Amino acid sequence: MIKSLDPRVTREQIDIDNQIAPLKDLDQWETYEVFHQKKRGDQHMHVGIVHAPNAEMALLFGKEQFGRRGVSVNIWVVRTADVFTSDYDDSDIFETVPEKQYREAAGYKVMEKINKYKKQNK
Amino acid sequence: MNHIKELLYKMADDLLILGHRNSEWTGLGPILEEDIAFSSMAQDKIGQSQTLFQLLHDLGEQEPDTVAFTRNANQFHNAIITELPNMDYAFSIMRHFLYDTADQLRFDMLANSSYEPLAKVARKVKGELKYHVFHANTWVKKLGNATEESHARMQTALNEIWDDALGLFEESTFEEQLIKEGVFVGEVELKNRWLAIISPILSDSMLTIPHESTWKPNIGGRVGKHTEHLQPLLDEMSEVFKIDPTAEW
Repeated sequence: MIKSLDPRVTREQIDIDNQIAPLKDLDQWETYEVFHQKKRGDQHMHVGIVHAPNAEMALLFGKEQFGRRGVSVNIWVVRTADVFTSDYDDSDIFETVPEKQYREAAGYKVMEKINKYKKQNK
Repeated sequence: MNHIKELLYKMADDLLILGHRNSEWTGLGPILEEDIAFSSMAQDKIGQSQTLFQLLHDLGEQEPDTVAFTRNANQFHNAIITELPNMDYAFSIMRHFLYDTADQLRFDMLANSSYEPLAKVARKVKGELKYHVFHANTWVKKLGNATEESHARMQTALNEIWDDALGLFEESTFEEQLIKEGVFVGEVELKNRWLAIISPILSDSMLTIPHESTWKPNIGGRVGKHTEHLQPLLDEMSEVFKIDPTAEW
């Protein structure tokens, strides 16, 4: 029987000569990404991560970690391992060549037209 | 009004004492996420007890803080199950499951109480209780079905705490009056509904309720007869309050 529940009394037996020993099975649960929705119809926003042994428990924890201040109406959890991500080595795919102003809103000289219209209709 | 006060006192005391017991896990929970969830529910319980103490105050009893922090063990009406010290986590989860299911049912029934102030509280705490029971059910099913060790610990906890859980339904001397006036449908009805709900969840979790022929409800808590564990809890809980009972918080 366990003598005390206090971790200062009952210590996990860790081999101090080998501090980077791999964790035992069940030592750490897998992680789930948590998304919450502030009100019905809003998009779900990513708010953080919880450890959990299954999706149901992830929902349980997600609600308490991120929804307990009463600003959520709905919550999603997704196994982190199931999220397909781009690679940071590929970050350059987000860079664009600057000579394409026609693709950007700033490329359209509309402000002049708007101001002219406003002036006319004053 | 004595019948209503008695009902409010036992409910408020259950919540206060179990809320305090559960809060003893804060910082020591099995994992961070669960530590936060369990602590948060303990706070919900203290908050619910405060609401009920306020109703008592409205009926002429002393201030909620005075009532919560200055009574001795023999003046408390909580069921024995709520005062027992935490053993392992299986014990606390099993108590949480057995108590919170009963608590949710009791408040459910009270949502239609003829005593309107209590019916209002019952409707207000519905969401909190729903989460508490969802939390309890999820853990019981998970631990009951996980490893041989987790299953064994859960079954041991159920065996140990069963008679204490039955003590939650200790009948009051005002039972008939409460039922007749439509304040509360009574402990017998509550117990029957509770059994109907917990039985399938326990069997889904591969856990067995002790045989009915062995049941010996551990009563007495409702009339102030407690174990030696309650007074030390009260001493610790009121330690700060008693330094200066007139302080503003």
